[in-house]
Amino acid sequence: MIDQNNSLTDDGINLEVPKSRRTKGSVFIVLAVVLALLGLFAWGLIQSGKGPVDSGDAPDFTLVDFNGSTITLSELRGQVVIINFWASWCPPCREEAAYLEATWRKYKDQGVIFIGVDYVDTEKAALAYMDEFDLTYFNGPDIGTRIAQAYNIKGVPETFYVDKLGKLRGMHIGPLSTPQLDEKIDEMLAESYP
Amino acid sequence: MIADIGLIALTIAFLFSVYATVASAYGGWRNRSKWVESARNASLLVFPLLTVSVLAIVYSLITLDFSLAYVYDVSSQAMSPFLRVTALWGGQDGSVLFWAWLMAGFVVIVLLRKWERDRELMPYVIATSMLTTAFFVGLVLFITNPFQHLWYQYGAPDAIKAVFQPANTTLYIPQDGGGLNPLLRHFGMIGHPPTTYIGFTGFIIPFAYAIAALITGKSRGDEWIRTTRRWTLVAWIFLSIGLILGGRWAYDVLGWGGFWGWDPIENAMLMPWLTGTAFLHSVMMTEKRGMMKKWNMVLIILTYSLSLFGTFITRTGVISSVHAFSKSALGPAFFTFIGLTFIGSIYLLYWRWDTLETEHSLESFVSRETVFVLQNMLFLAITFAVFWGTVFPLISELVTGTKITVGPPYFKSVTGPLFFVELLLMGIAPLFAWRKQTVKNLGKAIWQPFAGSLVVSIGWGYLHRMHPMSIIGLWLVAFVVFCILAEFWKGVKARTSSKGENPIQALIHLIGRNHRRYGGYFIHLGVILIALGFIGDSYFKQETQGTVTAGERLVIGNYQMRFDGLRGYPGSDGREIVEANLTLFKDGKEVRSLQPRRDYFVVQEQPVTVPGVYSTAGKDVYIMLLDWEVSDIDQQATFKIYINSLINWVWIGGFVMIFGTIIAAWSSPKQLETTYVLKPGMSTSLPAVQEV
Amino acid sequence: MGHNLKRKLILALLVTLASLYLATLVYAQGTTPGYPTDNDVNQIAKKLYCPVCPNTPLDVCETQACKDWRGQIRDQLSEGWTEQQVIDYFVAQYGERVLAEPQRKGFTSLVWLFPVIAALLGLWISYEILKGWRAKKQVTIPIVENSQISPEVLAKIEEEIRKLN
Repeated sequence: MIDQNNSLTDDGINLEVPKSRRTKGSVFIVLAVVLALLGLFAWGLIQSGKGPVDSGDAPDFTLVDFNGSTITLSELRGQVVIINFWASWCPPCREEAAYLEATWRKYKDQGVIFIGVDYVDTEKAALAYMDEFDLTYFNGPDIGTRIAQAYNIKGVPETFYVDKLGKLRGMHIGPLSTPQLDEKIDEMLAESYP
Repeated sequence: MIADIGLIALTIAFLFSVYATVASAYGGWRNRSKWVESARNASLLVFPLLTVSVLAIVYSLITLDFSLAYVYDVSSQAMSPFLRVTALWGGQDGSVLFWAWLMAGFVVIVLLRKWERDRELMPYVIATSMLTTAFFVGLVLFITNPFQHLWYQYGAPDAIKAVFQPANTTLYIPQDGGGLNPLLRHFGMIGHPPTTYIGFTGFIIPFAYAIAALITGKSRGDEWIRTTRRWTLVAWIFLSIGLILGGRWAYDVLGWGGFWGWDPIENAMLMPWLTGTAFLHSVMMTEKRGMMKKWNMVLIILTYSLSLFGTFITRTGVISSVHAFSKSALGPAFFTFIGLTFIGSIYLLYWRWDTLETEHSLESFVSRETVFVLQNMLFLAITFAVFWGTVFPLISELVTGTKITVGPPYFKSVTGPLFFVELLLMGIAPLFAWRKQTVKNLGKAIWQPFAGSLVVSIGWGYLHRMHPMSIIGLWLVAFVVFCILAEFWKGVKARTSSKGENPIQALIHLIGRNHRRYGGYFIHLGVILIALGFIGDSYFKQETQGTVTAGERLVIGNYQMRFDGLRGYPGSDGREIVEANLTLFKDGKEVRSLQPRRDYFVVQEQPVTVPGVYSTAGKDVYIMLLDWEVSDIDQQATFKIYINSLINWVWIGGFVMIFGTIIAAWSSPKQLETTYVLKPGMSTSLPAVQEV
Repeated sequence: MGHNLKRKLILALLVTLASLYLATLVYAQGTTPGYPTDNDVNQIAKKLYCPVCPNTPLDVCETQACKDWRGQIRDQLSEGWTEQQVIDYFVAQYGERVLAEPQRKGFTSLVWLFPVIAALLGLWISYEILKGWRAKKQVTIPIVENSQISPEVLAKIEEEIRKLN
């Protein structure tokens, strides 16, 4: 009896019934939503796979330092610019801080600018950190993480090299150590600027 | 050596699963049963082959074969054998293998049991399930291969991960491994991940049957539903257990005093649970009334897709989460597979839409049918709200470029009212008759639980009048509990008066007569108890934080905590422990001493906070050690204390749910059940008689 | 205990304690003694997310960075800032992602709006479905017409079912 029951749904029925317009319309909407979602995830996937920006024009920004003076990247053409993202709570940043400051002092009269971008930090801890390492180059907070987003940083510390023409010449993830930065600066300083 | 055997088995498993997919699809299409049988045999072999692979990895993990990159990543000398075994699913590579293995296991059980019964559906059941298995085994083989070795190239900064030896390299075997993430070194590791994975992978069975029913056009009937009902229940209860164990683990380990944080990964687990629950209910409508056939299809496709989606966001870092696995190359492959699954299922559904017409008409708007449609719609609405909140940060970033967070306040205030109505429907649904219910009878059935709940909540509410919103929640819990108890009471009363049984006999016979119904009531009872835990968490949670010197006390509510001192000692698994000694007082009387600690894992440089908990049915006092300072003169420490009211009802509710599911899924071979509610004289309908 | 961590923890504690001490010295007038307490700080931190950790509320996050931020909230409160001022400062400094609860204005209001629309839409669809079923004629599927079961068998089945009930 049970088997008979099952056989009820068997063959002999035309399964192709023309769809109503309403059904077709709803399917269209469903499909559009699904495709939009897939598009969103594809974008998210690409986005999450992207590393920091390391070539082309360096994204421009204006940074105000802890004393209130301002610096704008696009106004620094003709000089080599080192942009370093850091934070006081980041232990690896401490490893490179002294080296950064020493390199800055070595090159500051040769047409090199150092910009320290303080990424999501408290002002008090940042100032204590700068005191601790006696940082004398330009340092300011990245308000609203705009600069970090423009450079798509994945963490701190990260250092970006900008040449005299304002082009990105690569970047470094993690703490720098002698003589990585010296070499990079020497290389970019040697280039001519029209 | 052992690892090589595992790798070979894995490779053969992949080839077999691809073959099974192709052969069964071809056999089904051309009606060649030889091909289908061959595909079945190949499918049956995939599971033992993957078992060999899994055992090879487990063996390597236990014996610390550090020539394997995976073993180096997740195992270490300091870890106990128990943890080394659990490390199988403690990292990306192993867990994908584990996942594929479980899925193959489900397929084997189905093929062994159901082969004779659904010959027509079988080719496509095999094709669908083996395609998915092939995909996961393919991921293991080509992207997250746990059998990769570490290779050292002279002058290169890091070792290279590869299965075979790249040119100019030598095999690199480290002395010790990094070991599991400290947060995973917990007894809960044995419970939450496997149950969750069984839940996720288990949905492949109803999904494969649904797809097969659509392809063959047998979606018109509901055999596929009857065949898979118990599978769905198994997957569902494992997912439920996984959710609850995950909550318990978070409560014990993550040290934020809560059990549910509305994190994307938690949501990713919750969504298939919600649609799966809706599916369990909509299939009842099909069995009883031949209605909601379209819903069944939509819901099972959604459930399965959402479990894939959950895996996708956990493992690809698309959406930021606390629990995320490290990012990996899984993304594009997973994305493609989800896309194909989605679009393929939607196409099939569209093609067979007209076979899913409802068979009966609705006699009255006041009927159980209406309640079922509403509760199903609510499940979908809650799922949408959770989904929307989970993906919205991504949408915001895409559209406005602004990163935002959607945290618990959103989920609580949006899903809260929806859950409220859903739970209310859960309570009153059994009071509605199928087909038609007079308002008068409904009123008769409802007034007693309602009056009872009013009395309870007024009394209760008076005690908690400083939290007016909580009274509504407590009323709901009381009302639903009374509704469920009333159902039991009615049945028992009927039996005691008609058959002269004593109440306990009557209760046992009553449940025995209709496992599904009364098992279902127990599950409902479990759910409402869990809801009680959430109400406690939302309205009665108290917290305080403070720094005290040894001998001083911290006060919270009617509890006092005295700090007696600190001690430090080395623990197992390579950790250094700092433990605080506390004495807890309630209303001035000493109740317990507690030892909250901070474990510091030296190699991983990671601290883990282990709370000290005094647990009672009504509330937990949950104390965490946050900070300390030791000088020659005295000791100072900072503590955070939570009073988590009613939280234990979440775990108790979980047990009740498991108990109910066991009853509901228990087969009683002698008993026949009508699946259709017959209308007298309506002989044209399908009277499907079925063994339950 | 890892020596390094211990030193860090002690340092953090000292810094917080010192700031608390200084703050109460200078700004004690007009506020409750001891203000702001850990609980006052946590009350606000609860509504914020740690800007660098993956999806972690600020009040339960135990990293050094989070301790600094809670210290900052404490300083701001002792300088007399209101809760809203503190939250606004966090949003300006670290971006909108620090808000646990998305703003109910601008683009993010959509996150609140859509579930409401979806729920209403669901209600309407439910009504349409039920209305459709109500209007339906009994048994429209073609299977039954093709049924090979004789009326006698059907009658027998029905009878057996009735017996069972």
